[in-house]
Amino acid sequence: MEAISNAGSCVGILAKDGVVLAAEKRITSKLLDSQAVGVRREKMYRLDDHIACAVAGITADANILVNSCRLAAQRYLFTYQEPMPVDQLVRQLCDTKQGYTQYGGLRPFGVSLLYAGWDKERGFQLYQSDPSGNYGGWKATAIGANHQAATNVLQGDFKDDLSLEEAIKLVVKVLSKTMDSTTLSPDKVELATLSRDEDAGQVVYRVYEPSELKPVLEAVNEEMTKEKEKEKK
Amino acid sequence: MDFLCGIRGKDFVLVCSDTSAVQSIVTMKQDEDKLVPVDSHKLFAISGEAGDRVNFSEYIIANVRLYALRNGQQLSTKAVANFTRSELATALRKSPYHTNLLMAGFDEGVGPSLYWCDYLATLHHMNICGTGYGSYFVLSMFDKLWHPNLTEAEALEMMRKGVEEVKSRLVVAPPKYLVKVIDAKGIRTLGEL
Repeated sequence: MEAISNAGSCVGILAKDGVVLAAEKRITSKLLDSQAVGVRREKMYRLDDHIACAVAGITADANILVNSCRLAAQRYLFTYQEPMPVDQLVRQLCDTKQGYTQYGGLRPFGVSLLYAGWDKERGFQLYQSDPSGNYGGWKATAIGANHQAATNVLQGDFKDDLSLEEAIKLVVKVLSKTMDSTTLSPDKVELATLSRDEDAGQVVYRVYEPSELKPVLEAVNEEMTKEKEKEKK
Repeated sequence: MDFLCGIRGKDFVLVCSDTSAVQSIVTMKQDEDKLVPVDSHKLFAISGEAGDRVNFSEYIIANVRLYALRNGQQLSTKAVANFTRSELATALRKSPYHTNLLMAGFDEGVGPSLYWCDYLATLHHMNICGTGYGSYFVLSMFDKLWHPNLTEAEALEMMRKGVEEVKSRLVVAPPKYLVKVIDAKGIRTLGEL
């Protein structure tokens, strides 16, 4: 639990036509090769065609969990020739996590996850899980450093029936309030969306590249400075 | 000598099976129901070695029910068919089950579906299908009579003609046949032929 409250925060919001995940990148140094594997995407993982996740905590532990999630999803697909329902994947992983809290000699996985997914039974879904193996479905939630602050902002600003567009703005705004720096820059933020192409009947997972991220962040930065000025007046 | 056949219509599936329980050259009884329900909207039609037939179908059905209990939702007919196929395929190189089966079901949003699977774990989604010697007599007839907008009455008439043919041409034809239908309302027995 300690490791997670220090890790870069992740925020997720469930919109009516998709799910947004955003994460703060902690490791920023100009010496870092920003295109290298594991640096370019630090926290976002695609688990299957229809499920993605964001992690907060010990990255090494997260890699193990992500691997087992992917394996579970493919095993399900192999047996039933149908994509795995999101809640089942979350539950299966949480059973594993719970196991490590019970047996001696091993430490639990120091990872919290946000899962974004779509399935035909329940539509778009957002789940959160913690190292103890607890999990739950949310309309909007945050994990990692300052998640309490993020949750407070979400509680104030979240509305039902948000569009994906509005949810992206909100998620970035919330993320900026959990971070130390006042202005957001593309190299500190990871943003991914999960939506659906109704015509093709496919789930679309989109990770924003820095160039795509820039206009989004700038718009939110601008909005926030305006708000601050208003407060001053 | 088991005979199974199925017809998929626009909003229903019709399945037919003989009712003979056979032990070597002896017919033990004439009221064996080989059309076993899996849940409210799915059924298996199973033929083959008597022991394997019961054992395998009970195993699959128990697993399908377990899934529903654990996950609070039913498997679709497609998922059940593929699960059954994968279990047959795994068993094939260890201790194979000698069973051929038809899987029929009705799913909300999908409609009726009919799957054919043999003991070698070959799976096909079919409009019309059959197993056993009897199928040699009915398949070509069904090919000719089947069309996508088939009504339940037409399908039953097709089934009656098919069974008639089996009874009159097949040397080892079973005497009694059971017909069941699955539609949006669930499984119903239509009677004997």
